[in-house]
Amino acid sequence: MSQLDRLAGSAHAIEVEGLVKRFGDTTALAGVDLAVRPGSVLGLLGPNGAGKTTAVRVLATLITPDAGRAKVGGYDVVREAHQVRQLIGLTGQYASVDDTLTGTENLVLIGRLLGIPRAAAKARARELLDAFALSEAAGRATKTYSGGMRRRLDLAASLVGHPQLLYLDEPTTGLDPRGRAELWELIRGLVADGVTVLLTTQYLNEADSLADDIVVIDHGKVIATGTPAELKAKIGARTLEVRPADEVDVRTVVAVVGELANVTPEVEGGLVTAPVADPELLPIVVRRLDDAGVVVAELALRTSSLEEVFLTLTGHPADEVAEEGITA
Amino acid sequence: MTTISTTIAPPRPITPRVSPLEGLRQTMTLAWRTLVQVRHNPWELGDFSIQPIMFVLLFTYVFGGAIAGSTGAYLTFALPGIIVMNMLFVTMYVGTGLNTDLTKGVFDRLRSLPIARWAPLAGRISADLVKQAWSIFLLLGVGMILGFRIGTNMAALLAAIALILLFALSFSWVSVLVGVIAKDPEKVQIFGFTALFPVTFVSNVFVQTETMPGWLQPIVKANPVSILADAARGLMVGGPVATPVMQTLLWAALIAVVFAPLAVARFKRRV
Ligand SMILES: Nc1ncnc2c1ncn2[C@@H]1O[C@H](COP(=O)(O)OP(=O)(O)O)[C@@H](O)[C@H]1O
Ligand SMILES: [Mg+2]
Repeated sequence: MSQLDRLAGSAHAIEVEGLVKRFGDTTALAGVDLAVRPGSVLGLLGPNGAGKTTAVRVLATLITPDAGRAKVGGYDVVREAHQVRQLIGLTGQYASVDDTLTGTENLVLIGRLLGIPRAAAKARARELLDAFALSEAAGRATKTYSGGMRRRLDLAASLVGHPQLLYLDEPTTGLDPRGRAELWELIRGLVADGVTVLLTTQYLNEADSLADDIVVIDHGKVIATGTPAELKAKIGARTLEVRPADEVDVRTVVAVVGELANVTPEVEGGLVTAPVADPELLPIVVRRLDDAGVVVAELALRTSSLEEVFLTLTGHPADEVAEEGITA
Repeated sequence: MTTISTTIAPPRPITPRVSPLEGLRQTMTLAWRTLVQVRHNPWELGDFSIQPIMFVLLFTYVFGGAIAGSTGAYLTFALPGIIVMNMLFVTMYVGTGLNTDLTKGVFDRLRSLPIARWAPLAGRISADLVKQAWSIFLLLGVGMILGFRIGTNMAALLAAIALILLFALSFSWVSVLVGVIAKDPEKVQIFGFTALFPVTFVSNVFVQTETMPGWLQPIVKANPVSILADAARGLMVGGPVATPVMQTLLWAALIAVVFAPLAVARFKRRV
């Protein structure tokens, strides 16, 4: 059976069940389930320390799980690790290119390791460097590359072997907005070519714009899954902000917003905020406050930050998660 | 971006394991990579070329006259030992290179590829042997120019080189262990200097054991660096061969037996 048949035969390109991984006292993965359809993009969304990199490393056969199982392309990541490695391309969280080699040498190295003949490996390197706008820097040692260039080379390196599945661990973290937009474009191109992508990110908008499905993890546990639209509907992708002109009115604002948004609003220094799912709410809030005689100094509906999303989903802020970790 | 063919390319058949022959080829590729690195890192070439030459010049002209009466005579005594000393320092590149790969994430990439698990390490060690051979020929060449004369024959000289390379192979495991334990490549370098300098200087590399204080002599005689230097002298210049060669082989075996499993165990824990 060829790997394509196997991929088509199983409903999922990646299947993960009850995955557990501990590092000493830290439980990085506390029973994660997820599934990725062939040809789709799964966004693994979570704050720093949620367990994203650990999950990717298990799926890339770099570490073995303590419990649970994971299949990639129908192959078990522990018992059939060598087969899994023939299907995947990995772009780690930190660009893992060899600083002392040129861009071309980095890619030729991987091609040769994959058993591609020298001439073909060079041709493939050229093709990828062209596609990733690195041709001009191809002959330079990569230690002279900018952050964005290194990321692109890293991504190119994971594509040398024509992987069926691509793991991208926080591919845009640390890039400026332009670099991020460029990388998004590249990823979209790959998806159009039919590659299955597992993408981890801390940014809701990144998952939103690239992923077909999103799995939100925190403390090594899946806390929400769904399409971006479903998730947004569930968690309220917008945040309503109201600041009454007179601080005395804060309580009235809290009551009104709380009733309409069906949540307990946050109050901080006279500013009332609440996640809202429905943008239609804004005019209603305005009318109700007007009826109550509240003069509003500031009123805004903005896209929720990831932090607010986490607050909604978990009941605690994201940065707290990162600091406290989880102890078994 | 549909110009980047990904899944469209003909899929290679999935194989259940890496054949030893493929593993060997991957080892050669990784050794090639380590040697290409030197091209972009000229100071490294300087380290294992210029530094030993400096040592030869320094010891020959500064101490040579005083210690042995003439520079040529001194060089004939010291060069085999200097080659041994230099070999120990060059083995540290295995550790620094390995540590760089581990800390920079290159190792993760290599391990995510369908290659033999042992290929990355074997590639480093093979590349190290090439560097070692280069250093030995360079030192012999410079030595000859300065008056070093081989007192034996070609076969004995080649045996000396083989013995030194064999010892290097065994000592590489110490370097691997340090490379795996160290937090960063600089720490590996620091270890190299602080541990190897005393070991190489408390030996008979530069000065004959008999000239040293009595209490130091047993230490110097037991030092494997002295034993290997004696073996190299015997094979290159002439003198007793059988005992120091046997003892060198025992030491090499002992070092490998102790450090290889230790290094592999720490290695598996780290990755
Ligand atoms: N090698 C390791 N040793 C010890 N703890 C680790 C290791 N890798 C990850 N962790 C811990 O596991 C948790 C999850 O980490 P990680 O998977 O890197 O999260 P993320 O990628 O989502 O930021 C964190 O608390 C982290 O400190
Ligand atoms: Mg991470």
